[in-house]
Amino acid sequence: MQLDSKCPTGPIETRWDRHRFSLKLVNPANKRKHTIIVVGTGLAGGAAAATLGELGYNVKCFCFQDSPRRAHSIAAQGGINAAKNYHNDGDSVYRLFYDTVKGGDFRARESNVYRLAQISLNIIDQCVSQGVPFAREYSGYLDNRSFGGAQVSRTFYARGQTGQQLLLGAYQALERQIGGGQVTMFPRSEMLDLIVIDGRARGIVTRNLMTGKVESHLADCVVLGTGGYGNVYYLSTNAKGSNTTAIWRAHKRGALFANPCFTQIHPTCIPVSGEYQSKLTLMSESLRNDGRVWVPAKQGDKRSPSAIPEEERDYYLERKYPSFGNLVPRDVASRNAKQVCDDGRGVGETGLAVFLDFRDAINRLGAPVIKERYGNLFDMYERITGDDPYSLPMRIFPAIHYTMGGLWVDYNLMSTIPGLYVIGEANFSDHGANRLGASALMQGLADGYFVLPNTINDYLASTRFEKADTSHAAVKEAESNVNAITRKLLETKGSRTVDACHRELGKLMWDECGMSRTAGGLKKALSQIPEMRERFWREVRVLGTGEELNQSLEKAGRVADFFELAELMCLDALERNESCGGHFREEYQTPEGEAQRDDDKFSYGAAWEFKGVGAAPALHKEPLEFEYVHPTQRSYK
Amino acid sequence: MRIILHIWRQRNANDSGKMVRYEVPNVNEHMSFLEMLDVLNEDLIAKNEEPVAFDHDCREGICGMCGCMVNGVAHGPLPGTTLCQLHMRHFKDGDELYLEPWRAKAFPVVRDLVVDRSAFDRLIAAGGFISASTGSAPDGNAVLVPKESADRSMDAAACIGCGACVAMCPNASASLFMGAKIAHLGLLPQGQPERDSRVVAMVAQATQELFGSCTNIGECEAVCPKEIKLDVIARMNRDFLHSKWLGR
Repeated sequence: MQLDSKCPTGPIETRWDRHRFSLKLVNPANKRKHTIIVVGTGLAGGAAAATLGELGYNVKCFCFQDSPRRAHSIAAQGGINAAKNYHNDGDSVYRLFYDTVKGGDFRARESNVYRLAQISLNIIDQCVSQGVPFAREYSGYLDNRSFGGAQVSRTFYARGQTGQQLLLGAYQALERQIGGGQVTMFPRSEMLDLIVIDGRARGIVTRNLMTGKVESHLADCVVLGTGGYGNVYYLSTNAKGSNTTAIWRAHKRGALFANPCFTQIHPTCIPVSGEYQSKLTLMSESLRNDGRVWVPAKQGDKRSPSAIPEEERDYYLERKYPSFGNLVPRDVASRNAKQVCDDGRGVGETGLAVFLDFRDAINRLGAPVIKERYGNLFDMYERITGDDPYSLPMRIFPAIHYTMGGLWVDYNLMSTIPGLYVIGEANFSDHGANRLGASALMQGLADGYFVLPNTINDYLASTRFEKADTSHAAVKEAESNVNAITRKLLETKGSRTVDACHRELGKLMWDECGMSRTAGGLKKALSQIPEMRERFWREVRVLGTGEELNQSLEKAGRVADFFELAELMCLDALERNESCGGHFREEYQTPEGEAQRDDDKFSYGAAWEFKGVGAAPALHKEPLEFEYVHPTQRSYK
Repeated sequence: MRIILHIWRQRNANDSGKMVRYEVPNVNEHMSFLEMLDVLNEDLIAKNEEPVAFDHDCREGICGMCGCMVNGVAHGPLPGTTLCQLHMRHFKDGDELYLEPWRAKAFPVVRDLVVDRSAFDRLIAAGGFISASTGSAPDGNAVLVPKESADRSMDAAACIGCGACVAMCPNASASLFMGAKIAHLGLLPQGQPERDSRVVAMVAQATQELFGSCTNIGECEAVCPKEIKLDVIARMNRDFLHSKWLGR
């Protein structure tokens, strides 16, 4: 299979403009003749469904939650980047582009990233117009902060709830279209298969989670905005329901899956406290603007933090990276936390935590200023841990947070299945091997509001759609596939709960395909996963029936897909014999312990083709070219 | 510690439902309330009993999906806290807790502690938005927003749509939820053109959904996990009267 990214050439500044002009349009009167399915209602899916509705398309929109407003974009805290340069501090579209390509450790497409940086400007305008209550200065102008490894103030925010406010903006725009009849909403509906007719994506099979009814929906094209797959690790900062099922089942129908091993570990999460732990809670990395990260200089120092004098503390980020200090990118901060803990200098009961200390900031600025900036985060920390971060340093540890990998898409955001578009975290396109802070919201909204609604016209205008109905053999085949999985899960009647199986897989993935990876560990995982997966299908116990609300059944289907995806992630990580961004192979590091890329051999996107469960997938490579930002060793020193 | 739970079990909307007693031994104080329910469910499945259905998703207090009545209080005893953020250190050994779903005509029970809150979505669809189609926006700084307005708007916009306000209100009124949206949008210059039509449409929809009227009891404010203040209801009423005075 030849991968054609369809990236425009020529001057990068005008690529998107020229490309848009080359795309075919759909006559306004013809738009209502097309039906588009959008799965997922987060920033990408919600924005896309609303915008496509505004354009006049008939949209059918699906989410597994009880309301489109629950999508996990809502939990993003810190902010959204835009190259507005409102602070006159040297920002520009080109700088945001440069930072994002570099931050992604040179594993993303330049054309996509430049477009993202350009569109960042429109996103802020759009959201302000929708009534997103961004933070303001006393003058009434929009406020910004610097965030997540950026040296300019380009991050727009709404307290510590930026994701919530942006999502509510998209949700309200979507509800407006639902109220107007342009979008039909199907909440509590889970996509369980993709319908491909004559090589084109033409619909989906869903299960109504309230009644268990399996339904087929047909359309002219399908858009997946179903988020990332971080829950393959069981413990992550994702919502409990976040899953890979939609993109994985599309993958099994022929969509290539790119860079599955590129996962992001967020450095500032609340550490694990016990076996019963069901998820990890992120503390916005904006905390690193004022908090100082440290551990005791001596191994095994169990004194209370206030009893440890200044000279016996190791502010290791400030020591190793004097110019970025506590604001180094996420992958660097996470890896360093792991190193000091592996070194025996971790804090807390488990020794798997480092301090994030606000003492100096409180002394410098006063507690009220800190409360104004981070009050809700401090409250959240206290609620979960029972400790008061105004008087004791926080304890934090890295956790799985975001997946840069996802379904392969071209510049138009179309996957390798014609008519199947993938947007937001569900695709692989813009963040390379590491995502910068405040860039996920930007990408989700860029895809949903501005990119997809332009590129999708071209496909609709240039394709002849044969009439299809639900009696088509491909529909029947997809439905019976879904029914067979449900039946099998219910009939197994084994001895282990879904969570127990999932926890076992998650631990293996965290140990061998987590923050750092080795060939030996990955091979071990690759030998254990198939065996674990077989055991899952032999031993899982799902009670109840398929004809009602059955939360164990929902979970079981998602975990079954994680068992397949996990194998591909390990294979991808093993195949990539280099370290880059969030993918750290211990064999490939510089003498200072930083990620060592191998651009000669691995400057490509790895797109995998499904060949059957347990069968070796085929690897297709999309070479990456850097005409503007020349690959260098990332340095934050 | 050991916790005794009495949980509302109801198989579906047509089932009559009843309270069932369970014991959870070995509850750790650092567990969240939902993690305690996870442990109960794991035990139930081991005993071949069907687990308790409850809604939840983000488990960090922002998605608004979780919530039930704990001893008659929506989201339990800790103010300003969703059920997923309530930790077991706030309970003691031997505590007996009664868990029930939100009870309101507009929120029919789906199963056990799960209710159907789609009426909230229909309230938003009726008018809880600003009609700004994608692409039409001026520069973000073209319209200044006084910091105080932005802050007060954000206070109201913090609503997570969990439904605790409705569940706690003796009238099952959605006024705090609606007032929060009306205040969020109405405090911003961008929200002015539709300010009158918004309130009229939302109030009409609420009546249709069988939400009750507000009689200023204040239970909603007391249990709101985001501590939305009652004054948003006053604001909604003022906007409503204003629009009626204009004859809309």
